[in-house]
Amino acid sequence: MDNKIAAVTMRNITKRFGPTLANDKVWLNIYRGEILALLGENGSGKTTLMNMLSGIYFPDEGEIAIDGKPVVIRSPKDAFALGIGMIHQHFKLVDVLTAAENIVLGLEGKLDLKTAAKKIREICDTYGFEVDPDQKIYDMSVSQKQTVEIVKVLYRGADILILDEPTAVLTPQETDKLFAVLRNMRDAGKAIVIITHKMHEVESLSDRVAVLRHGQFIGDMPTKSTNAQEMTNMMVGHPVVLNIDRPEPDDPKPRVEVRDLTVRDVEGTLKLDHVSFTAMSGEILGIAGISGSGQKELLEAIAGLQPVESGSIEYIADNGQREQLIGKDPLAIQEMGVALSFVPEDRLGMGLVGNMDLGYNMMLRSYRSGKSVFTNRKAPYKLARQMVDFLEIATPSVETPVRRLSGGNVQKVLVGREIANAPSVLLTAYAVRGLDINSSYLIYDTINAQKMRGVAVVYVGEDLDVLLELCDRILVLCGGKVSGIVPGRGAKKRDVGMMMTKLGGNAHE
Amino acid sequence: MFDFVSFIPRAVVQGIPLLLGSTGETITEKSGNLNLGIPGIMYVGGICGVIGSFYYEAGKSAQEMNTALTILIPLSCCLLGSFLMGLLYCFLTVTLRANQNVTGLALTTFGVGFGNFFGGSLIKLSGSSLPSIIMTNTSNVFRRTLPFADKTGVFGKLFLNYGFLAYAAVAIALAASYVLNHTRTGLHLRAVGESPTTADAAGINVTRYKYVATCLGAMIAGLGGLYYVMDYACGVWTNDAFGDRGWLAIALVIFTIWRPNVGVLASFLFGGLYILHMYIPSGMNLAVKELYKMAPYVVTIIVLVITSMRNKRENQPPASLGLPYFREER
Repeated sequence: MDNKIAAVTMRNITKRFGPTLANDKVWLNIYRGEILALLGENGSGKTTLMNMLSGIYFPDEGEIAIDGKPVVIRSPKDAFALGIGMIHQHFKLVDVLTAAENIVLGLEGKLDLKTAAKKIREICDTYGFEVDPDQKIYDMSVSQKQTVEIVKVLYRGADILILDEPTAVLTPQETDKLFAVLRNMRDAGKAIVIITHKMHEVESLSDRVAVLRHGQFIGDMPTKSTNAQEMTNMMVGHPVVLNIDRPEPDDPKPRVEVRDLTVRDVEGTLKLDHVSFTAMSGEILGIAGISGSGQKELLEAIAGLQPVESGSIEYIADNGQREQLIGKDPLAIQEMGVALSFVPEDRLGMGLVGNMDLGYNMMLRSYRSGKSVFTNRKAPYKLARQMVDFLEIATPSVETPVRRLSGGNVQKVLVGREIANAPSVLLTAYAVRGLDINSSYLIYDTINAQKMRGVAVVYVGEDLDVLLELCDRILVLCGGKVSGIVPGRGAKKRDVGMMMTKLGGNAHE
Repeated sequence: MFDFVSFIPRAVVQGIPLLLGSTGETITEKSGNLNLGIPGIMYVGGICGVIGSFYYEAGKSAQEMNTALTILIPLSCCLLGSFLMGLLYCFLTVTLRANQNVTGLALTTFGVGFGNFFGGSLIKLSGSSLPSIIMTNTSNVFRRTLPFADKTGVFGKLFLNYGFLAYAAVAIALAASYVLNHTRTGLHLRAVGESPTTADAAGINVTRYKYVATCLGAMIAGLGGLYYVMDYACGVWTNDAFGDRGWLAIALVIFTIWRPNVGVLASFLFGGLYILHMYIPSGMNLAVKELYKMAPYVVTIIVLVITSMRNKRENQPPASLGLPYFREER
């Protein structure tokens, strides 16, 4: 490895955002024919570092060399010219344009979509992609959009590819497909950097690992000579226990009984089709499924936010008294102790107001309480301060607008607020979406603590490995139908994956 | 019997200012700028043209006037005036990131006031007994049609009976449509209006596209004001006579679902609806006439309802319309 010339050498890179040091004298080498996994917690400066390669930011200090020659990258255009292409975490695509139009966006010369489409097909054939150049982006699934992003950088002749958390939104099958393509590209001699939080992906895909912590370069090593535990310790800076705790449920009793729930959206598309299950107290029920299989509708139906076509949702109190939730006001359902925390893809879309500070966001849940015409501002701020301490939320103060916090911290605020309500049913979706390992474990611990309190937890997740480790039972949704309910202990990832894509899967073969 | 041969040409001349206004506004909106200053800009375009031709025509007889200059002077005054209005809008909304709605409405108020102030001043200067300025000679040049237009019967009346600006308006609309849909510049402009972050990451200069599109759009809209005074109104400027045509132009943008080529026929339809009340016998009942005058707005609302219900992505306004772009905002 030492005799190879690095495709990219970053020396002594420093980047400040105001008073915060995002990157502090970072050194990094990227080689051709190699997949480098860049690891680090949220806010450790991985994306910032890569944004300096792709021309979005400009480093305050330090130098970058491509193939040994010093270069200056001032704009995305400069980066393209040097063969650097970045696939951002949030796709940079225009929805109403076709794949081909998006791919040629920003290039010079006469607009010739036919030639472009031909070139796109060639690229697809070379690496094994499937892209229809004439398809509109809004008609595409997340994984198709990602493919368009990758083809876009290849179209520009990139041979240094940076992927920022590419698997966060993919199913296991789609992830496997992406990894196969990435290996193809590595074998074709391209340099690939992948930013991810998922340890098993690092282990199965990468050749070399580089770790950042608090903006500083901690070290790099060949993947073969390390393991998940060592990498995590390097990232966090102190030893971390990697096993997710799964205590045995304590005296589970039916809490919410859903029978034949059928839901249609505004356009009349069937979103949930005769879904039946029971959520037990003191138990975590995981919901697995490809995104858009009806998870959102299911949780919203229970919380009273979604009109239901038919079926019943019954809340069973401790004394065995049953109460129908359908037709009830969301506020009344909330007062019965059903809490919903849904973390949407953009994180701020649901439940939090970006321009309000932490205290006011706490108040969104409590402003109705009390008799006075004035709101009680002391209690929510006290709650906010407790949460900042307990969940280790990195914020300058509780008076900081939520919008300014990093993604992971925003999520802690949202999940923390719902838990603080002391619910009897906790509905949570994508609670750890995009969170680093340490924060994720904090959230798992919090959820487990609720379970031990006797709360019925419904956990919608996208990372199958976590679902398999955390949940007592897993309900698999496939196109709005229940594909099966499996016990969390002993379930196989492959089987659950199959059930996600096909009703019933081959689990019983 | 409804007299189509006289109705259609009148609908067309009513429609041309709307067509120019809406083409300009469509180009502007494609860059993500919702310029509600269009009524004011059209007004400024008109009065600037009037100022130019007023000073050129003053004291000259028709024979003394150079045809080219008679056209070029008001034309360039009009373009300059509306360009400056577009530039002001851009500076406020793009560079200073002011709220687009407020800025646009302020420009409209300003433009109308500007027009009425200079209109009033010129009326004073001309010493006319009527509250208007009359530039017959200039207007005659603007209204000149092909020499054989009168001899071609109904065909000539329907298609050849207009001044050059009318044909220019149609040409501009068709050209704008072509550029938007078939060239790289158009693709980039659409990307800027849909998702400036994406455009920026693709190496497109968002600020430049917004400035150029908005200023160009303002100049085209300004021509609508010039056409109104010089051609439609036969060279007679009266304060406030321009009416609500600017707002109608903005309504037309929605009606055409952001397509300038559709705007060609749609503007004639709007023009027709605008004057329908003169062709439908309503007797002495003025209230009924007022009802007919509402027709263009009612049609726009119906189109809005239908396009919203069909919810087709292509028929929606540019996704980032009305939003300021700031690279470091997250």
